[in-house]
Amino acid sequence: MRRQKYMTDAVPPEVRPKPAVPAKPPHVAPPPIPSHPAPTLSGASVRGSGGSTLLGYIGIDTIIEQMRKKTMKTGFDFNIMVVGQSGLGKSTLVNTLFKSQVSRKNSDWGREEKIPKTVEIKSVSHVIEEGGVKMKLTITDTPGFGDQINNDNCWEPISKFVNEQYEKYLKEEVNIARKKRIPDTRVHCCLYFIAPTGHSLRPLDIEFMKHLSRSVNLIPVIAKSDTLTPEEKSEFKQRVRKELEVCGIEVYPQKEFDDDIEDKSDNDKIREVMPFAVVGSDKEYQVNSKRVLGRKTAWGIVEVENLNHCEFSLLRDFIIRSHLQDLKEVTHNIHYETYRAKRLNDNGGLHPISTAADTQESNL
Amino acid sequence: MKKKLHVHALYLRRTILLRLILVPPSSFRSTNSRAPSGTLTNPGSRLLEFKECELFTASLRSSDHAFTPQISRRLVLTMSQVDKLKQGQFTNPETPGYVGFANLPNQVHRKSVKKGFEFTLMVVGESGLGKSTLINSLFLTDLYPERIIPGAAEKIERTVQIEASTVEIEERGVKLRLTVVDTPGYGDAINSQDCFSTIISYIDDQFERYLHDESGLNRRHIVDNRVHCCFYFISPLGHGLKPLDVQFMKAIHNKVNVVPVIAKADTLTLRERERLKRRILDEIDEHGIKIYHLPDAESDEDEDFKEQTRILKASIPFAVVGSNQQIEAKGKKVRGRLYPWGVVEVENPEHNDFLKLRTMLITHMQDLQEVTQDLHYENFRSERLKRGGRKGPEPSEEMDKDIILQEKEAELRRMQEMIAKMQAQMQKQGDGDGDGLHA
Repeated sequence: MRRQKYMTDAVPPEVRPKPAVPAKPPHVAPPPIPSHPAPTLSGASVRGSGGSTLLGYIGIDTIIEQMRKKTMKTGFDFNIMVVGQSGLGKSTLVNTLFKSQVSRKNSDWGREEKIPKTVEIKSVSHVIEEGGVKMKLTITDTPGFGDQINNDNCWEPISKFVNEQYEKYLKEEVNIARKKRIPDTRVHCCLYFIAPTGHSLRPLDIEFMKHLSRSVNLIPVIAKSDTLTPEEKSEFKQRVRKELEVCGIEVYPQKEFDDDIEDKSDNDKIREVMPFAVVGSDKEYQVNSKRVLGRKTAWGIVEVENLNHCEFSLLRDFIIRSHLQDLKEVTHNIHYETYRAKRLNDNGGLHPISTAADTQESNL
Repeated sequence: MKKKLHVHALYLRRTILLRLILVPPSSFRSTNSRAPSGTLTNPGSRLLEFKECELFTASLRSSDHAFTPQISRRLVLTMSQVDKLKQGQFTNPETPGYVGFANLPNQVHRKSVKKGFEFTLMVVGESGLGKSTLINSLFLTDLYPERIIPGAAEKIERTVQIEASTVEIEERGVKLRLTVVDTPGYGDAINSQDCFSTIISYIDDQFERYLHDESGLNRRHIVDNRVHCCFYFISPLGHGLKPLDVQFMKAIHNKVNVVPVIAKADTLTLRERERLKRRILDEIDEHGIKIYHLPDAESDEDEDFKEQTRILKASIPFAVVGSNQQIEAKGKKVRGRLYPWGVVEVENPEHNDFLKLRTMLITHMQDLQEVTQDLHYENFRSERLKRGGRKGPEPSEEMDKDIILQEKEAELRRMQEMIAKMQAQMQKQGDGDGDGLHA
């Protein structure tokens, strides 16, 4: 299934500019075709999974190399949103994830921030580069969420923001003369920070996740998890997972979008560990003659990248190293499509530039 | 205003007078066993001695209202003798001029120990901040044996409730009836606008009840359920006080002694802890919140105690960690929390302020009760009585008393009539039967 998707995507001309696709790990390549470029002209007939027999090496798989080169040239973008009450370490965690001072507050702890009276949405963009690959990273912060005495509907500004990004993309896409590469400001991933009370989720958490899990990829994390001992941690996680199930909240990776068995087993493994219990830090300490990121307390040093201490590495590998592309794809193919279908149905057709679209910002 | 000053002056006078009776234990320590009061020379811990002294004040004030004026009068007369006592001239019972009222504290002590003490502590804070664990750790008991933690879906429907649990603790013959008032549901709801009205009405109810009992005819067994102290738990996760914290503390700081506590302090490194404490103190100042201030050590206390008070005062708000689990650390068993990176010891002053909180609570239990009685209760009472005439459904205390008096008088009259009738009857019978009945 997945192979076919790629084959159709790779065939030019591309009607719709997709987010640039980096190389997929080799297991995606159809098994019968040899992965090495040396042709086997000894007449060994190889069977493609499409059914046709290939009599020799053609070189179709070099498409991956071509795509990779193209991606390196164009770079790609990734938009992440962090939501949670103030003081849960959101900015520190994002800085730790991308190993640079990328979040809105990039001074250290000595900031005197006032809690805003309403929920604000603040985005910061950075271009970071690694191994020749450029990434435009946008981090959207939501100060003021859950901090007031009356937190009714405090998720609405956030929901509105997410839908606005979809709307922007839709408008550009539906244009008659549209850009080659539509700027993608849609939120690919939303990290929701759960307070480590050790008891259960709060009503606010449930309400927020209910409203947003259908329009954006939601990944819950347990913030400041060095408050919890290992037993408390696993009990808390179990309770959280059960509550999410009971309330019908589908977090990323959603079960319904698992493509094949391999995906399912990979994702199931992740789902067993979610929500990730993380600790963030941007300070380094010396532990066993190694410099590690951590938090130094009177009774020990919490190492951020030590799997026995917290699950930060798992989160980082999950978001960045294995599922970055998938996050973008699910956003584009599923969430955006859902939004688009709803909008077009409401409007009763395609209008390239319609002013009604602005006023139709209904509760989606 | 005048009322408050008057009360305060009274309080001062009593304390000064009592301080004169209670000769500083240091002078007693220098004597040998033939000193008048056996218990005060007990070279036990300084803490215990002071505790006992404080307890005398309580019993002298609360029970036996008739007792106090006698003392003050007598003291005024024998001030010179007390002075000489202070100089240690009358430590020997056989010395001429020794009156023996220095034995007074002993008697009071015995009476109050027999009576026992009561203390009501309220804990307020969001759920999951470790309030129950801390209470269990403080008093080394399990106040919440079968506890079911509700899930988030149930929490949506819940309002703030008040749960009071009482436990009787006894230590070295001294009985303490401790009531812990818990407030589950505080701060849980999405809209926490109303979550403290229940708590405030509870506090007011207790004051009201005490006022009613105090103004009643039979004052022998007044049960003191007033909230003496409120521990307010602040989350260590934020950058200071939340709007809800500020609003709540402002609403109750005139009704109860508020002690802010930073919960789950093992979340914070040392630097973060200091920053948070400073931040909280700044915000408390900024918003004009009156938290409970430890009374300064008197100038005649010894250095250790003064130093201890200084340290306690500097550590407010206390950053605590609670636990009742025994962990093996460095060869000995300690109460603490076991992490993969180390063990947090509850009773280690370098790890957290648990010991300081406990010390403060115990040495100042007496003072907390006094401030509740002399400041918060008196405020409530004057407000209440001023309002009393204007309040429709509840008649003021004076009117109440009058009504009760009238009823009692009516009853008395009725009973007298009945007795007269019975007497008349008996006389009639007695004429017939002879004597056998006492007329």
